[in-house]
Amino acid sequence: MLILLGALIIELFIAGLPAFRAFGVAFVTSTDWDPVREAFGAGVSIYGTIVTAVLAILLAVPLAFGVAFFLTELAPPWARRPLGTAIELLAAVPSIIYGMWGFFVIAPAFAQNIQPWIIENIGELPLIGFLFQGAPFGTGLFTAAFILAIMILPFIAATMRDVFDQVPPVFKESAYGLGATKWEVMKGVVLPYTRISVVGGIMLGLGRALGETMAVTFVIGNANRISTSLFGPGNTIASLVALEFGESEIGSLKLASLLALGFILFLLSFVVLATSRYLLRSRLKV
Amino acid sequence: MALSSMMSPGPRKDAAVAARLGAKRKRADIIIRTLCILATVLGLVLLASILATLFYRGIEAMSLRVFTHVTAPPGSEGGLLNAIVGSLIQSLLGTAIGTPIGMLVGTYLAEYAKDSWLGNAVRFVSDILLSAPSILIGLFVYQILVLPFGGFSGWAGVAALAIIVIPIVVRTTEDMLQLIPNTLREAVMGLGAPKWKMITLICWRSAIAGIVTGVLLAVARVAGETAPLLFTSLGNNAWSTDLSKPMSSLPVTIYSFAGSPFEDWIALAWAGALIITLGVLALNIVARTLLRSRI
Repeated sequence: MLILLGALIIELFIAGLPAFRAFGVAFVTSTDWDPVREAFGAGVSIYGTIVTAVLAILLAVPLAFGVAFFLTELAPPWARRPLGTAIELLAAVPSIIYGMWGFFVIAPAFAQNIQPWIIENIGELPLIGFLFQGAPFGTGLFTAAFILAIMILPFIAATMRDVFDQVPPVFKESAYGLGATKWEVMKGVVLPYTRISVVGGIMLGLGRALGETMAVTFVIGNANRISTSLFGPGNTIASLVALEFGESEIGSLKLASLLALGFILFLLSFVVLATSRYLLRSRLKV
Repeated sequence: MALSSMMSPGPRKDAAVAARLGAKRKRADIIIRTLCILATVLGLVLLASILATLFYRGIEAMSLRVFTHVTAPPGSEGGLLNAIVGSLIQSLLGTAIGTPIGMLVGTYLAEYAKDSWLGNAVRFVSDILLSAPSILIGLFVYQILVLPFGGFSGWAGVAALAIIVIPIVVRTTEDMLQLIPNTLREAVMGLGAPKWKMITLICWRSAIAGIVTGVLLAVARVAGETAPLLFTSLGNNAWSTDLSKPMSSLPVTIYSFAGSPFEDWIALAWAGALIITLGVLALNIVARTLLRSRI
């Protein structure tokens, strides 16, 4: 196993080396991606990766919290298991299915109904308005983030549910005994007690969102430019690699650049996942 | 603050103030509760929406032809036979290769290297691989198996899937072995059995239900994997069971068909999506019930 991971890192690094050598540090910041001129930069796809992943987290965390709170405290005991299983099945659906569903169902719905409304009503506001301007294509960063949010929701919710369940009942009972409502118990007892693990679960979701490929490739719009609007098309590292890989010749600089992108993605997700594991360690050591 | 002012039994305790505070707290509680219920309902609606779309579009396109014909150019009568068979071969072989390795590593972690430096390192790596983006595993296998051996092949796809299977099996094996009470181990050792006998005859046997669950979940996971296969087994529009040649698979076929402008290809992609989702969800449900009934 150790050898496997070590080999993975080294292989990706060596394979990406020509690209790093050709473009230097600028590879990471450059926003060029022009196969004709052989100019490749990772800037746009790194931006897209981080924006979609963070946006997905922002959308997914409140939902996941609601689901976890409902499943641990609010739902009647007989309903907890089937509902929990149903939510977890969301995690079992293959990502390509999310991609198709997003492309054929969500994107048209967004383009026709939701985005025009948002553009009209929020796009005019100062300060945040620029985030929501532009044409309602349906596909784009926002749609990708939305699909990602659904995909990581079950992971975050499952982690939260597990750690909420680990709070000693005595703590909760004492708070109830003082007359606290369920929400007050959650806010005042359960959340402080599980704070670190909850953050760990969120990081786990973030790690998933960073590297998701197929679903994002379908809906992100695949344009290699940074648009300030969240409705604009973009790219992520994973979607760019999936799309361009087939058109790269062996030994070309483009292929090396794609592999270098893979290396960067690996570093990103490694840091996030290692952090998540560190935060969740108390839960892992049973 | 609200809580403490409620609690203090001061002389100036005003019934009206208390009632207002109580109403405010109750209102907050009800609002939050409603939001939580809405979140859960939203999750369920999304799942239902995905399944409904799949059934609606998938059944429309479903016919016997899907299972009896291989993929064909748009416009001609084509099915998904080669993709289905290719997916089965690669998923099953990948699981068959990954499972023993994963079991051995998991056993090593649980029985031999509980808190050792090496054990922790392996556990860490396995956890990272468990959630690592699968596209990276595809790139990696491309580097070590596709480039040196001159071309995409079914074997490369199998290898990529096996690498995905290993950490899943490692995790379940270790978790299941840890559930076995130590007294059982001590009893076996007390009878004078060597450690390998204890592990193979007692521990594995007690943990088998859990390990099988893990393997089933692993099959379900790799059956839907697209990204790693894109760079390894590539896909093949002709009938082929030769693992040394490019091999078709359902997810990759869905990917290329769904992105095409041809109506009949898109319909086939929906049919394939329905097949794969039903298979994966069924495996998941079977695995869950299996686990629940045995523990």
